[in-house]
Amino acid sequence: MEILLLILIALLYSTGIYMLLRRSMVKLLIGLGLLGNGVNILIFLLGSITKGKPPVIDDKASLFRDIYADPIPQALILTAIVISFGLQAFAIVLLKRVYVLVNSDDLDDLNTPEEEDI
Amino acid sequence: MLTAVLAGFFVSILLIPFGKYLKNRLSVLLVLLPALLFGYFAGFIPAVSAGNPVYSHHAWVPSAGINLDFHLDGLSLLFCLLITGIGTLVYIYAVAYMKGHPYLDRFFAYLSIFMAAMLGVVLSDNVLLLFIFWELTSISSFFLIGFNNDNADSRKSSITALAITAGGGFLLMAGLILAGYLSDTHSIREMILSNAILKSHSLYGLVLLLVFAGAFTKSAQFPFHFWLPGAMKAPTPVSAYLHSATMVKAGIYLLARLFPVLGGTDYWTVPLVIIGGCTMLLGAIISIFKKDLKEILAYSTISALGVLVFLIGVGTEAALTAAAVFILVHALYKATLFLVTGIIDHETQTRDISQLSGLRKLMLPVAIAGALAALSSAGIPLTLGFIGKDLIYEATLHTKLNFLFILTAIAVITNIFLVSAGFLAGIKPFTGSLPERLSGVHLPHWFMWMPPLILAFLGILFGSFPGWVGTSVLQPAAAAITNNTAGSPLKIWHGFNLVLLLSAVTIVSGTLLYLFKKTTAASSYPLLSAISAEKTFKRMGDYVKGFSTWYSNTMHNGFLRSYLLRIIIFAVLLLAYRVINGEPLEISLARISTISIYEIVVAGILIAAVYMTVTSTSRLTAVVGTSVIGYCICLMFVFYSAPDLAMTQFTIDTLTLVLFVFVLFRLPPFLNFANSKVRLRDGIVSTSFGVLIGIIALQALNEPIQTDISKFYGENAYTMAKGRNVVNVILVDFRGMDTMFEIVVLSIAALGVFSLINLRLKSSEKE
Repeated sequence: MEILLLILIALLYSTGIYMLLRRSMVKLLIGLGLLGNGVNILIFLLGSITKGKPPVIDDKASLFRDIYADPIPQALILTAIVISFGLQAFAIVLLKRVYVLVNSDDLDDLNTPEEEDI
Repeated sequence: MLTAVLAGFFVSILLIPFGKYLKNRLSVLLVLLPALLFGYFAGFIPAVSAGNPVYSHHAWVPSAGINLDFHLDGLSLLFCLLITGIGTLVYIYAVAYMKGHPYLDRFFAYLSIFMAAMLGVVLSDNVLLLFIFWELTSISSFFLIGFNNDNADSRKSSITALAITAGGGFLLMAGLILAGYLSDTHSIREMILSNAILKSHSLYGLVLLLVFAGAFTKSAQFPFHFWLPGAMKAPTPVSAYLHSATMVKAGIYLLARLFPVLGGTDYWTVPLVIIGGCTMLLGAIISIFKKDLKEILAYSTISALGVLVFLIGVGTEAALTAAAVFILVHALYKATLFLVTGIIDHETQTRDISQLSGLRKLMLPVAIAGALAALSSAGIPLTLGFIGKDLIYEATLHTKLNFLFILTAIAVITNIFLVSAGFLAGIKPFTGSLPERLSGVHLPHWFMWMPPLILAFLGILFGSFPGWVGTSVLQPAAAAITNNTAGSPLKIWHGFNLVLLLSAVTIVSGTLLYLFKKTTAASSYPLLSAISAEKTFKRMGDYVKGFSTWYSNTMHNGFLRSYLLRIIIFAVLLLAYRVINGEPLEISLARISTISIYEIVVAGILIAAVYMTVTSTSRLTAVVGTSVIGYCICLMFVFYSAPDLAMTQFTIDTLTLVLFVFVLFRLPPFLNFANSKVRLRDGIVSTSFGVLIGIIALQALNEPIQTDISKFYGENAYTMAKGRNVVNVILVDFRGMDTMFEIVVLSIAALGVFSLINLRLKSSEKE
């Protein structure tokens, strides 16, 4: 299973970077999302992955009696997911604003607004 | 002593708030600073001449070996007296010279910083401290040369001077650190004790090279001499003070100070004699072809600095004594000539010697000062210059070097030209008939003509009665250079010998040269301008500029994706190098878990969704593709015991999808900008990056996992925090602060989203 996850990580990283290198702003955003997902899986994989043993303590017990999944990567990823949502939400709205102003999805149109005035 | 050194800095800081009150005649008060310092240092004369140097130690950065160690011996004292003594006169002079200038306070602030820094250079015993003060003199010199900052030439000259002197300072720093490392101390006094280790070390040559680079750039030695004539754009008091009497002698000081540490070998002697010899000859010859008074003085200063380097290079006791005497001689007469030039410039608005004559009728005291300085520069008997010149000839005649005849000849020729240059600057403007144009000129305020007169008289006084100044200042200085206490007393009269003959020849030929040389145009020496290093440096500057323009245009082209591309390519190269040279790749089967069919199915859907997202031409399809990817990951989290993550991922993905669709629904479909070549390139780069990350992750899997922290949380989640869901407990309890700040970040993002949505632009702000 780890090998499969590794392939997915490589795939998400590659496509994320590829989309970041596009000229379209929407693609840039999508690339950011893909890259973020790749990072999350990477963190997840680097703690040992465990099937069917969530890090939740049984009722009536105060300690784990069985093995359990590593809670630290999960806490990290949870934070990462939420923060990247904040980033994405802001970026999406900003993108919309830019589109209204410049009427283009092309990053290169943002480079030289002054020149167009001349 | 620390207070004395830093006094100039204090004064310049005080000038920031109080400077505006000093712009009128009150600026005379500033003269107190150098005058008091002069008195302070003069008080050390008896102790130092009796062979008792003064030390003072203050810890500053002891861990780095940088301490405020000051050491006042004969050599330092000579320089301190020059700096503060000439400083006093220059301050007085400048009060009148700069009268009414809007930035008078700024001028004195720079000058005070310079004086403090220069005192620091000559007093520091710690080489790193010396370097700091050394650079401060370069910086204050930069500000003073560019003082008339509305003049393009001024700015350019100041930048050239800074580039040369600070560049040399940089090399000097390397040299000093290296010397400190080799001798295991930063104190010059201790270095002297371990000089044998330094001289026999294999890096000795490198230390010398770096130190020479610093000294040569500072003291305007060929081929770095060209910044000094440019520095004459500074106000004349500055030229007199920094660029003739003190700052340019910092390089000389350094060589003299380090002579007991590094000197005396062939590696020391040969470069110094050659460079010093070239400089003194070239400077002297060029000087008499110049028509601008300040340029004449600049080139003759370069020549004099060459003489000093030459003498320190020769390195015999006679030569070093001659150097100590010549430092004083030159400071006295050259500062006088500069100040005289400043008066002429100030009153007649010209410095062209072909237009100046007969000024003695209007400004007799100035004429006397100029004439006395010229005579001292020529080395007429009974001036200090005569003693200096005698000592130089004696030094060259009695060296053990092989080229005795050539060295003496060079010294004689240089001096002949210097005699002529001195007459040109000090006598020519005052003789002959007074042209009509200059008849309105009058004698300036006595603040201006008194200082040069005092300096010129001192030259005569010391020359006629050399006993006192010799035993109390000059011999201790020479003794400090040679690092022993011996030293022969200065004499006016050495008897009829070869030295006297050479002196006579020099004076006569110099006078003849002065009388019979017509003022030639500057362009009549193509040979000398052909080897001008200035052009070479300018061309180098142009190349550097061209290269940086090209570099900026290629690397900083303003496209986000090209920046990203470069960063990623660099990262790929770096990671690939590490991966290839790292440990061999292996898959540890111990940690590989089994795989079930539904996992393969989910992964298959994920891969298909990624493919769809990347290749789709429709924005909506792409967005939906990303959501499918998110839901697949969500399922993965479910399989592998992360229910919280699954829930969060599910919620967030849904929200993102909704937001995307609502906001971007009306946008046009993707335009296909890139051609297939660009896409192939990006594809290769991103794929190799992804693969590398995969390989690194695989290697990371082989590392043993640290579970201590996880165990801690697992064991304490319920017992300490009363929560059964460990992930939740970590977030809201153990790392509660972090989560709170995360909420703050999200709130800020939410505020941003809200205000962007509600933003109504005025029509003028829209395109």
